[in-house]
Amino acid sequence: MNKTFSIGGIHPQDNKFSGDQPIENFPIPKRVFISMNQHLGMPAVPVVKKGDPVRVGQLIAEPAGFVSAPVHASVSGIVADVASYPDFMGKKVLTVVIDTEGDQWLDDIDWSPEIRHEITDTPQEIFKKISASGIVGLGGAAFPTHVKLTPLEGMKPEYLILNGAECEPYLTSDYRLMLEHGQEVLVGGEMMRRVLGNNVTGIISIEDNKPKAISLMQRLTSNYLQWKVIPLKKRYPQGGEKQLIDAVLGRKVPSFALPISTGAVVQNVGTAFAVYEAVQKNKPLISNVLTVSCTDRSIQKNYRFRTGTPIREILTAAGAMEKDGTLLPQFAKVVNGGPMMGKPVVYLDGPVMKSTSGLLLFTEKETKRKNPGECIRCSKCFQVCPMRLQPYLLYQLALAGRTEELEANRVFDCIECGCCLYSCPAYLPLLDQIRLAKNVSLKNKRKK
Amino acid sequence: MNKLLVSPAPHLHSKDSTRRIMRDVIIALMPAVLVGVYFAGLSALLVIVVSVTGCVLLEHLIVRYLMKKKTTVHDLSAVVTGLILALNLPVSSPWWMVLIGCVAAIGIAKMTFGGLGHNLFNPALVARVFLLISFPVQMTDWSVANSLFRPDRWELPKGLLGAQGQLLDAASGATPLGIIKEGLANGLTMETLSQQHDFSYWHMLFGRIDGSLGEASALAVLLGFAYLLLKKVIKPIIPLSVMVTVVIFSGILWLANPSMNADPLFHLLTGGLLLGAVFMATDYTTSPMSPLGMMIFGIGIGIVTMIIRIWGAYPEGVSFAILFMNALVPLLNKIKPLPYQKEVNRG
Repeated sequence: MNKTFSIGGIHPQDNKFSGDQPIENFPIPKRVFISMNQHLGMPAVPVVKKGDPVRVGQLIAEPAGFVSAPVHASVSGIVADVASYPDFMGKKVLTVVIDTEGDQWLDDIDWSPEIRHEITDTPQEIFKKISASGIVGLGGAAFPTHVKLTPLEGMKPEYLILNGAECEPYLTSDYRLMLEHGQEVLVGGEMMRRVLGNNVTGIISIEDNKPKAISLMQRLTSNYLQWKVIPLKKRYPQGGEKQLIDAVLGRKVPSFALPISTGAVVQNVGTAFAVYEAVQKNKPLISNVLTVSCTDRSIQKNYRFRTGTPIREILTAAGAMEKDGTLLPQFAKVVNGGPMMGKPVVYLDGPVMKSTSGLLLFTEKETKRKNPGECIRCSKCFQVCPMRLQPYLLYQLALAGRTEELEANRVFDCIECGCCLYSCPAYLPLLDQIRLAKNVSLKNKRKK
Repeated sequence: MNKLLVSPAPHLHSKDSTRRIMRDVIIALMPAVLVGVYFAGLSALLVIVVSVTGCVLLEHLIVRYLMKKKTTVHDLSAVVTGLILALNLPVSSPWWMVLIGCVAAIGIAKMTFGGLGHNLFNPALVARVFLLISFPVQMTDWSVANSLFRPDRWELPKGLLGAQGQLLDAASGATPLGIIKEGLANGLTMETLSQQHDFSYWHMLFGRIDGSLGEASALAVLLGFAYLLLKKVIKPIIPLSVMVTVVIFSGILWLANPSMNADPLFHLLTGGLLLGAVFMATDYTTSPMSPLGMMIFGIGIGIVTMIIRIWGAYPEGVSFAILFMNALVPLLNKIKPLPYQKEVNRG
């Protein structure tokens, strides 16, 4: 019996339709919109100005502090503008716009497909290259990777867990990456393991709905003594950092503590691949893999895209748009990320980002929320909550604005996985209200 | 340009709904309903139809014309209340009494508190107890005289008939619980009582008419229980803790003095215990939400039921026990779940 996390969780249909579609290189767009806000933390500061020529991989923005990340040009050409542009949520963010000319890479970038197994860099050099390459967590949160690899006072890393759970339905980008670039993922993971310390154990965790990836990674890790593969029983939200540590190690991360306090560091398999490219190939994070999917068989793809490509272009190429540039009529919603935690796309001309893992299309029937009814106190939300919270109670407290009681009931433990809202038979907007209450509380705290 | 639908995550839903849950409960009640109708015939059907129609109609009228809101009957919860109320009534209940029961259930116990999800007490049980106190004669008349499927007119399964071919206790108008209550109070022992009456577990399991419509067959109720568990509508905690408590409580007394106390299986299979434990104690709104709360709730029902059965004025106490524990639910809901993790134990 495969391991899984111990509390709550749900079993949505996984709908991994695009699992058999190989990763295609998405054509280089004519124009890219590279946001300065593609990571958690301080937005990056542009170092190019309008009219500057840039090459692929060239630094265009520097980090604005330790918890921040540099940004690199994903295409070659001329900087058309450095100004505020709306992102996919319609929020204006500082963006570097580049008009593409050819595909000129920086000279020291090795873009051949040849795999380099040999690790010649020291852990210090690896760490430097990771932070200089703008690598962020590609599991969705986009937390700067070098910060997670920095040792903390009194915390000793024992395990590096590579997260290949991909518990979100529909998404197959991590799966395809493991199948097509498993060796690179493993080399990238090994480099991070060395940064954390030589006695750290490396673990690749994969949900058991991806048997091909499990057997491939098992074969590859047989050459790496400090690595093992742990298959996990399919369950959402297994890919959540706290749930994954619980599933793999049986350790629970306390409230307000960092995962490292349990001795574990979690990195996404996509991040490991980015680390491989940064260290072995000198290639900064300028591209990533995303899944375009929906229940329509003809629109199920995996693309390697350049960051800053407008969403509209990707959807058009995938066949989800009409000739006149509108979305096919059956689709009502576009989601950036997975169906459980992804964000709704408001502005189709907004760009994809470093950490974009999917663009999903849903029909009105699939995704439109029903009108909320009355809470019948079925306690399903409580049963599925992986953080053992009482969503029905938090919801009531949030509606009443009772901040202190919300905090006493551990509202900040909520990981916003959406299990409560997914399961509520009364269609109550549980998570919406809890999320709002968290934001209000945070703002109040900052004021103090 | 077609408009994009924008709402925060999650973007999918389990498609579980209140209506679907109620529909599953209705399906789970069907074996008990069918057994009742099989044994008591059209009169049972009449009680069920009046009860369900009455509850649904009343809720519609109250919501639409008193509360001036959109009707809520499509959530099917009124149908469930109507069915459970019918199962709690004698087959011979007059139609006007059933209607009064509907008013007590929907009007008093449910809508006065604000409707679905807000009521403190189980509506069907409030109605049953209300009727039991107001119409003690009609509520304890277990005869099946007005049934179209009169036993003497129809071939019945062998097990249902006594040695002489008479229908067991059907005409005597007493439930097994009533018989032992009265018998033991009059100084008879269990041995003499079971000689005079046939307390076969076979009958209790498969069906005989010795109580309310829904109490005819324990097996039918257990079938519904299995369905509810299969569909994950309920967790087994409450019904099991009720049953275990009753078995332990009556087991101790029985072992201490078998001639003055009925055995545990007798207490488990007779009366409304199973029906109450499976369908009424598990009502979401009027039962606790945490597993520990559910367990305390179930144990409480078991204990109160047994106290009433053995020392109380009524032969049967399940309804009172559930209502009693219903009142404690707001307190039991104060039980907080264990924190996700207090301390990290690093080995």
